[in-house]
Amino acid sequence: MEKLIFEISSPGRKGYSLPKLDVPDADIKSLIPQECLRKDGPDLPEVSELDCVRHFTRLSQLNYSIDTNFYPLGSCTMKYNPKINEKMASLPQFTGLHPYQPETSVQGMLEVLYETEQALCKICGMDAFTLQPAAGAHGELTGMLIVRAYHTSKGNARKKVIIPDSAHGTNPASAALCGYEVVTVKSDKAGRIDLEALKSVMSEEVAVLMLTNPNTLGLFEKNVKEIADIVHKAGALLYLDGANLNALLGVARPGDMGFDVCHVNLHKTFSTPHGGGGPGAGPVGVKAILADFLPIPRIKQKRNKLSFDYDAKKSIGRVRAFYGNTGVIIKAYCYMRSLGADGLKDATLEAVLNANYLKAKLKKDYMLAVDGEPCMHEFVLTGKDKKEFGVKTLDIAKRLLDYGYYAPTVYFPLIVEEAIMIEPTETESKETLDAFAETMIKIAAEARSDPLLLTGAPHITPVRRLDEVLAARELNLRWKKPGA
Amino acid sequence: MKYSPHTDKDKKEMLAAIGAASPEDLFGAIPKEFRLQKLDLPEGISELELKKLIFEKTGKNYSTQKLDSFLGGGAYEHYIPQAVESLISRGEFLTAYTPYQAEASQGTLQAIYEYQSLICELTGMDVANASMYDGASALAEAVMLAVRETGRNRVIFSSSLHPEYRQVMKTYFEGYKIEFVEIPHAGGLFDEAALKREANDSTACVIVQNPNFFGCIEKADKIEAICHSCGALLIACVNPVSLGILKAPGGYNADIAVGEGQPLGIPLSFGGPYLGFFAVKEKHMRKMPGRVAGMTKDIEGKRGFVLTMQAREQHIRREKATSNICSNEGLMALAACVHLSLLGKEGMKEVARQNVLKSHYLKDKILKLSGFELMFEAPFFNEFVVRCGKETDKITGDLLKHGMIGGLPLGRFRADMKNCMLICVTETKSKDDLDRFAELLGKH
Repeated sequence: MEKLIFEISSPGRKGYSLPKLDVPDADIKSLIPQECLRKDGPDLPEVSELDCVRHFTRLSQLNYSIDTNFYPLGSCTMKYNPKINEKMASLPQFTGLHPYQPETSVQGMLEVLYETEQALCKICGMDAFTLQPAAGAHGELTGMLIVRAYHTSKGNARKKVIIPDSAHGTNPASAALCGYEVVTVKSDKAGRIDLEALKSVMSEEVAVLMLTNPNTLGLFEKNVKEIADIVHKAGALLYLDGANLNALLGVARPGDMGFDVCHVNLHKTFSTPHGGGGPGAGPVGVKAILADFLPIPRIKQKRNKLSFDYDAKKSIGRVRAFYGNTGVIIKAYCYMRSLGADGLKDATLEAVLNANYLKAKLKKDYMLAVDGEPCMHEFVLTGKDKKEFGVKTLDIAKRLLDYGYYAPTVYFPLIVEEAIMIEPTETESKETLDAFAETMIKIAAEARSDPLLLTGAPHITPVRRLDEVLAARELNLRWKKPGA
Repeated sequence: MKYSPHTDKDKKEMLAAIGAASPEDLFGAIPKEFRLQKLDLPEGISELELKKLIFEKTGKNYSTQKLDSFLGGGAYEHYIPQAVESLISRGEFLTAYTPYQAEASQGTLQAIYEYQSLICELTGMDVANASMYDGASALAEAVMLAVRETGRNRVIFSSSLHPEYRQVMKTYFEGYKIEFVEIPHAGGLFDEAALKREANDSTACVIVQNPNFFGCIEKADKIEAICHSCGALLIACVNPVSLGILKAPGGYNADIAVGEGQPLGIPLSFGGPYLGFFAVKEKHMRKMPGRVAGMTKDIEGKRGFVLTMQAREQHIRREKATSNICSNEGLMALAACVHLSLLGKEGMKEVARQNVLKSHYLKDKILKLSGFELMFEAPFFNEFVVRCGKETDKITGDLLKHGMIGGLPLGRFRADMKNCMLICVTETKSKDDLDRFAELLGKH
């Protein structure tokens, strides 16, 4: 067990140095009224630099990560995060730029942003992109606000957003945050939208249909053209949740399929690291009819100079301060330039190859949620047949940790009982996939022969199975000074 | 460059195992009419060529490391100890996902718990979440909480609030019937008399930014009294570095404290990635947005950490969630956690003191120059507004030629502040830097 940083604190220890004060010293009370000052300094830890370095290094070693473990987390596209991209994004000529510097002094930065917008337009078949949203769900919110602004400009904001029951939870949450009523539409066993069900809920009240394609079962929505027609006929728009774009690079473009607006996750498809929960970036692309509604500022090119345009009368406004997670965008730009047109397509081809290969290796020992057709970049198993041994999907997930694998996404999508969602990504080798498959098969055998091994798992991780009920019942969300 | 490892032999064997003739066979579900021939993008390049390409770009940037910058206005240049970058660049932190499998993510989870604790200490609040996108979106979500908690729809703030924060807030509430009341500032501060008139029993919250956009330190106690007398929630939007010496939001009884965490060990990076911090009084915690880590025990009784209070979140509650946030700014929260640990109790105090003393030193120097006057008399922390004798763009243009980025011209935000400049001084400037800046300004 690693102590808390507060528990290794000792009064008087220092882990920093500052230049000696070289302007005249003064009593702060002579400059700022006493009632504005705090009585006691914040009770922060006092540690040496080495104490601090060891503490956080040891903490890091308690994590599984892409750099150390296979991480087949479905829907999250945990591909390799190239080291050179980290280095490039951390150059001081990027990290040292203040967002309010004169535009003439940041032309290189603006070029990266502008070219990234252009490249995303070409990859997605869209006409304009904003890089402002900080994450996928932030992109969804931006997209919903654009949809609302579009309909409002037509005289009626409309009331409803249709979302399939197989969608990510962020979809309904984003639509609701934007003030829309969420209408859930049933999907079939393959997670595909039931066209008749869609027709029955479609009306002039509907603002947009939010669709994930490939869907969350890893299957392409074959009827996307028919879906787009139904949606557009009612005057509504079609939104793509681009979480699964890794299946489409260079193969097909959302814009060509009838999507009017989409977000992409740079921290999934374009290889920027997840950082244990961000920062990500969720750029939003739109067709020309929606371009005027994009957030401000927009980057404009005039006579070979790039600048920000704040003048957009129809714009939804801003969804954050400044311009976006530029540090993340630089890495995605590096990735797109490194791979290029053919490399991006190869990434998709091999991501799909890897998913199908792993699926073929596992289908004898695990039930597939959908059988009989190739999957795209990911596939879903169901652990329901293991229940007869007293083993749940959660137990399989925890047992995988013992073997040094991060667990797949579990219990999602909600339409599959005991779901296990596996996305290997293109950067994993055949050897890694073979070894993972062998382990999964071994666990299936363990479920039959020794289920307690699974229900008691994990056994060799830094901590054993943690009590989430206790955590929720006796909330302990912060350290408090003993006696305080 | 490509990062997929397959040899032709691998691919052949894998296709055989699948029972497909070529990778293209696997895409049969995509209708032919949608299949793309070729992406209209340049061909891929080697790592060496990428470096050259990026150096070409960075060659067109003039960073604050080369120039002396006096810009603030929501993004601040502070010294970041090297250990912060070294630790957060570790692959085990950098390339992990949101800690869904707690037993394999204890490093991230314990760091979030420590971060939450540090934010609580700093702000004087009870509970903090694991992070939001940035200060502005954190403020918008704080207003959302206040509106839902009170069932009221009137939101009051001063024109001294950062203009981009105001824009973000208004964007977020496009689909709601919210009455935003912007009270013109009085001498750079929240106009208390006007607040008294405007605050009523339909007021959901009063937002006080402290120090505010003009750098002025608000009389938070007075605002608090008016706000709470009508049952509204007080939202404090604060600069975390100022809390080394300024009274914390908990000290003036704020209900929600939010702010931009960038000054806590995160580089300027042209505006992102940054860090929204979000902390509340305990009674509001179940309406809080975002992830929260909590302490618990494993089956052997050993201490460990998990994500908790998840019944508020989108993956459980879907359209009924308190927020749609999923990915947040985890690595930036870790940076803040390491930074605050290194600076500690004394370091935060000392940094804050230096900011006050150095900014006041420069203010005194500038006031001695002819043609410059201080816009507001209110006390300030590390930035202040100066009215100049001539157009600010001209001045900043000249300064840039001398390797300096002057203050932030405020004309771009407010027509009535055309000749005004917001000047920020942090511990990164030496007395010589300040003297040189004042000397150059004096030539205008």
